[in-house]
Amino acid sequence: MSVQSEGAPAHRPTFAALSPRDKLAKSAPFLLLPVLALVGLALIGTWPTWLTLTVSGLAMGMMIFVMASGLTLVFGLMDVINFGHGAFISVGAFVGISVLAGLGDWTGAASLALNMAAVLAAVIAAMAVTGALGWGFERVLVRPVYGAHLRQILVTVGGLIVIEQMIHVVWGPDEIFLTRPEMLKGVTLFAGAAIETYRLLAVAVGLVLFVTMRLVLRRTKIGLIVRAGVQNGEMVEALGYRLRLVFVGTFVAGSALAGLGGVMWSLYQEVITAGMGEEMMILVFVVVIIGGLGSIEGAFIGALMVGLLQNYVAFLAPKLALVSNIGLMTAILMWRPEGMLPVVRAK
Amino acid sequence: MIRLFSNDGPRSTILALILIAIGLALAFAPFLFPGVRALETAARICIFVVLAASYDLLLGYTGIVSFAHTMFFGLGAYGVALASTHMGRGFAALGVGTLAGLAAAVALALVIGLFSLRVRAIFFAMITLAVASAVTVLASQLSAITGGEDGLVYQIPRALGPAMRLDLEIAGVTITGKILNYYLVFAISLVLFLLMLRIVNSPFGRVLQAIRENDFRAEAIGYRVVRYRVTATCLSAGFAALAGSLWAIWLRYVGPGTTLSFEIMLDILLMVVIGGMGTIWGAALGATLMVLAQSYLQNLMALAAGATEALPILSRLLDPDRWLLWLGVLFILSVYFFPTGIVGRLRARAAR
Repeated sequence: MSVQSEGAPAHRPTFAALSPRDKLAKSAPFLLLPVLALVGLALIGTWPTWLTLTVSGLAMGMMIFVMASGLTLVFGLMDVINFGHGAFISVGAFVGISVLAGLGDWTGAASLALNMAAVLAAVIAAMAVTGALGWGFERVLVRPVYGAHLRQILVTVGGLIVIEQMIHVVWGPDEIFLTRPEMLKGVTLFAGAAIETYRLLAVAVGLVLFVTMRLVLRRTKIGLIVRAGVQNGEMVEALGYRLRLVFVGTFVAGSALAGLGGVMWSLYQEVITAGMGEEMMILVFVVVIIGGLGSIEGAFIGALMVGLLQNYVAFLAPKLALVSNIGLMTAILMWRPEGMLPVVRAK
Repeated sequence: MIRLFSNDGPRSTILALILIAIGLALAFAPFLFPGVRALETAARICIFVVLAASYDLLLGYTGIVSFAHTMFFGLGAYGVALASTHMGRGFAALGVGTLAGLAAAVALALVIGLFSLRVRAIFFAMITLAVASAVTVLASQLSAITGGEDGLVYQIPRALGPAMRLDLEIAGVTITGKILNYYLVFAISLVLFLLMLRIVNSPFGRVLQAIRENDFRAEAIGYRVVRYRVTATCLSAGFAALAGSLWAIWLRYVGPGTTLSFEIMLDILLMVVIGGMGTIWGAALGATLMVLAQSYLQNLMALAAGATEALPILSRLLDPDRWLLWLGVLFILSVYFFPTGIVGRLRARAAR
């Protein structure tokens, strides 16, 4: 011990390297997806079938992620659980499809540019309407019941029903069938597998959105405030940021994203009903729970897992597809009761 | 009398009068209101009083929101239906079906509760919604077992059917099996109701209320919050399943629409909220009002829609199919402005 003399402190702080076990535990959720895909490949056997199923699973997952991202952030930021989120999905779908129907010339033309312009117009209209609706929803319904989970759930369920019924009043009680724009119909052949063109578009949109969202959250100041707010809202407010404004912004953005998801989902299903949002909410909740409430990455992984699993199981054992999501949720919650990537709260 | 009510009387004269009126009307329904429709409504009220009260055990007393209550209701109903289909008509089938449904509901509630209430109570609302919808889909898809969307039609013992007539006339009404069936439903509902009143006023019920008010403090005092919450969930599921069995015995038909649908879930929510969360009496009042409104107000809406046919939007808003719209509005308004419900208001008035 004679070596230590003056200067450097005796207790040099060292960062213990994580043991392989801890490393694995940390990255396990990210590894689940490739593992799931490989297990799927092993069970399905043939490459083209697997590719088709995987792409459609990813497409479905991306769409669910688009719908779920807003919900999970809103919960993380303000501890608000919005059961009315599904209504925005339905409204987005109806507005978007109405716009598409109005632009029949563009969607019928065999030109990719015109088709995409029509879809873009529909998306913008849907997002504008659902964003505005989200703003009103937050102001009228959610604001008076901050901090009271029970009343929040009740009030937002009420809001869901009222909006859903208003869709019936405005657009009539029947389901509406639609056809995709001309260039988005049909399949693309890729590596020996037939893949619906629209699914590729859905995957692309979802990926772009996820990357954008991550960039905004990781690299911008507003993203920093949002992430800090999720971890410790009071501290952020104490530092002088008006978290309420950030929250309203997130709520509106989340609602608009739900509208986008609604348009994407309706083009995928080619039929819309007022109850579609409510049905999607079930998947959205499963995704949000298994991802860990408040976590964007968790929601992303969760959504893709739900999408992939649903498609694989529907192919391998159709009867089981109905309960595959519940099974997945049960398994994940047994493994990690708070979800895969729970947001660490400083409380 | 007060002992029978577990020392938890209505505590308001107006409320007491209303409840006595409801009780008497239900007790003598076959003689006071002749006609098939009125009897159907009365039986529906009895069963939904039990169902709403069992939901209140969870929502009002424990402060947990569940969306799976219709699932437990349906389990009880399908239990009786399946037993009656496979074992043939008879009281044995009714008993076996009721017990099987009860056991299934309690077991499922235990599993869901252990999974979701361990971490955060808010998980429970979402998980129950997911599980309940999965069960609804299963019930309509597994048509080989459950009869799918069409549901199951089965026979109940002759003694409870409308074809059986006793040589007995009371107040000008011939006693049929249907009336006996009604009194079976009424008596069991009454017993279940009083039992629930007893449970919420027991020390156990007090702990539940403590958890509702402040779960952290309840834990600190030394109560195992998770255990109490799970027990409340199981109890509530059990009572719901029993109500479901009664419903199946009364209707002689079980299908997804009459037992599992989300609309019934909303009805229950509204019954509890309007009547008054956290008071079993409120559930009784809310259920009576809602069932009456459903049976008679929807006709009124049809009339109103017909009368306003000239006004395009208004007539669409008043269409009987838009019944849920008005329920939703009423629901939001009552959660905001009426959080204690009718019973809470009346009691507050009496206390002044």
